[in-house]
Amino acid sequence: MPPAPGRPGGPSGVAPAWRGQRGLVPDDAVLPAGRDTAGWGVHRVMGMETEFGVHAPDNPGAGHTVLSTEVVNAYADVVTAEGGAVAGTEWDYGEESPLVDARGWQLPRSAAHPTQLTDRPLTDDDGNPVHLVMNLVLPNGARFYVDHAHPEYSAPETTNPLDAMVWDQAGDRVALAASRRIAQAPGEPQVLLYKNNTDNKSVSYGAHENYLVTRALDFDELAARLLPFFAARQVVCGAGRVGIGTTGRTPGFQISQRADFFEEQVGLETTIRRPIVNTRDEPHADQERYRRLHVIIGDANLSQYATWLRCGMTALVLSMIELGTCPVLELRDPVEALQSISHDPTLGTTVGLVDGRRLTGVDLMDLYRDAAAAHVERFGMTDPATLDVLQAWGETLELLRSDPAALADRLDWVAKYQLLSGYRQRHGVGWDDPRIGMLDLQYADLRPDKGLHAALVRRGSMRTLVPEETVQRAVHTPPADTRAWARGRTVGVFGQHVVGASWDTLLLRRDGEGRLYRFHQREPLSATAQQMAGVYDDGAAPGSFDRLLAALSGAQADPRA
Amino acid sequence: MSQQYSGSRSEREEDVPAPEPAPAGGSAQAGTTDLDSLLDEIDSVLETNAEEFVKGFVQKGGQ
Repeated sequence: MPPAPGRPGGPSGVAPAWRGQRGLVPDDAVLPAGRDTAGWGVHRVMGMETEFGVHAPDNPGAGHTVLSTEVVNAYADVVTAEGGAVAGTEWDYGEESPLVDARGWQLPRSAAHPTQLTDRPLTDDDGNPVHLVMNLVLPNGARFYVDHAHPEYSAPETTNPLDAMVWDQAGDRVALAASRRIAQAPGEPQVLLYKNNTDNKSVSYGAHENYLVTRALDFDELAARLLPFFAARQVVCGAGRVGIGTTGRTPGFQISQRADFFEEQVGLETTIRRPIVNTRDEPHADQERYRRLHVIIGDANLSQYATWLRCGMTALVLSMIELGTCPVLELRDPVEALQSISHDPTLGTTVGLVDGRRLTGVDLMDLYRDAAAAHVERFGMTDPATLDVLQAWGETLELLRSDPAALADRLDWVAKYQLLSGYRQRHGVGWDDPRIGMLDLQYADLRPDKGLHAALVRRGSMRTLVPEETVQRAVHTPPADTRAWARGRTVGVFGQHVVGASWDTLLLRRDGEGRLYRFHQREPLSATAQQMAGVYDDGAAPGSFDRLLAALSGAQADPRA
Repeated sequence: MSQQYSGSRSEREEDVPAPEPAPAGGSAQAGTTDLDSLLDEIDSVLETNAEEFVKGFVQKGGQ
């Protein structure tokens, strides 16, 4: 019996999301009447974004846009120097123009000078104009670009939490490679990159998640169900922070990097008056079927385990919300709850619900977890990936109650808390000692010889879920099961033909001034390795470009939705 | 009842993530010498002049 086609009368009554997610949602799935879903268990189109902290201690006058531009250009140089290709959009001195050929980028030395980008072209020592790229599409399907004052890595679309974690980790390797490239250039001041969320001087920047959700789901319902979950999930995926308050003025340690920077429950803003649930609605996909839920509440996680569990738990909660099985909880004051849970690393603080109960963050997570277990059983979502997340979720909550220190090998905030508490004891210092603040920052330093998370991994004190070569492969290779495959492989193999690449469009040219070919990938599960079979085997072979055009055209006409 | 999701597996070694367990010393009580040696290592990589470094770490707002 086919799944129910979605809410009667709503847009997805005609084009339900489940139909576009074949391969994720089983054909024999039975959905509750009037419900539609874009995922199954933990399987769902998802991807993460990281805004990196950027710092040049020996170049204090340098603007952050300049530094971020230098980082992005350095990565273009890393890839092209190895013989690879990236697609990029150039900053064109007042004009927007897509870049036709991104091969052979040189590191622009003048970008290291403490000047702002001006409207006169920068030139190198020989007087040649220096081309600066602001936005790269990488051979793994990701985007690496200057987001105002931060380099940002936006991971390619994946279909499950483990892959989401792997391609998020790949972004950290990309950023590190860029930083190292700058360090190799003689005379260039070092540019350091941090996977964290604040400078403790009132500024915050994000680590976002994106999840494909059915358009049929009422947004008010989605937001209401998510609010208590987003207030509480930090007890698992918080990254820890020294200092309380947006400037960290009050000495102490808190669970979440981001909590103090949120002011609203639901809203469109992302840089001021931040809302726990963001209403941004740019699906980059068929918007009659899908919504892209853009989540800004998360901390940047270095721990592979915490990253995986963050995405896995959230995917399960979204599955419950779509199918109508999510616990109906209402906090009296979600923003206050978010912050008071964060401010108590002993996990004892309770927050008030409208129904009169007072629960801890762990209590709230228990309610979601128990409901998720029942949900998975009811719908038969018993694939290994889903069961792994459920099992880890349960084990983590049990340990948070019985022996939280045991989670120092899995959760960023616990590892940081243990480390800093031990350091405080050894040196007899308080939370406001500068060395403690330094340790907080250095936890997120991407350099393997300086970063504290890296040190913990090296010593075997912090778990990893995949071998390093899996992450390294993800730096160069896109996920095979989403349209990121076509995007990344086209850039990698046919880079000289790429005029433009975005989440749902590829713009190609045969050569020189020839006609443009535009292909859409409105279905995230289209243009996969399966649909594009053989196209990328030999980009130099005669007819290979025509085979690419035919395959992209075929994927557009029949995305299997 | 549920299908194999061959389309949704991508390049990884196993179906089940196999976490590499930490050596005995996951909890602070059980691994004091481990923590001590970790703190030794931390002391050696900690940025010198922490106060100046932390003060100098200033960011512009992001999303």
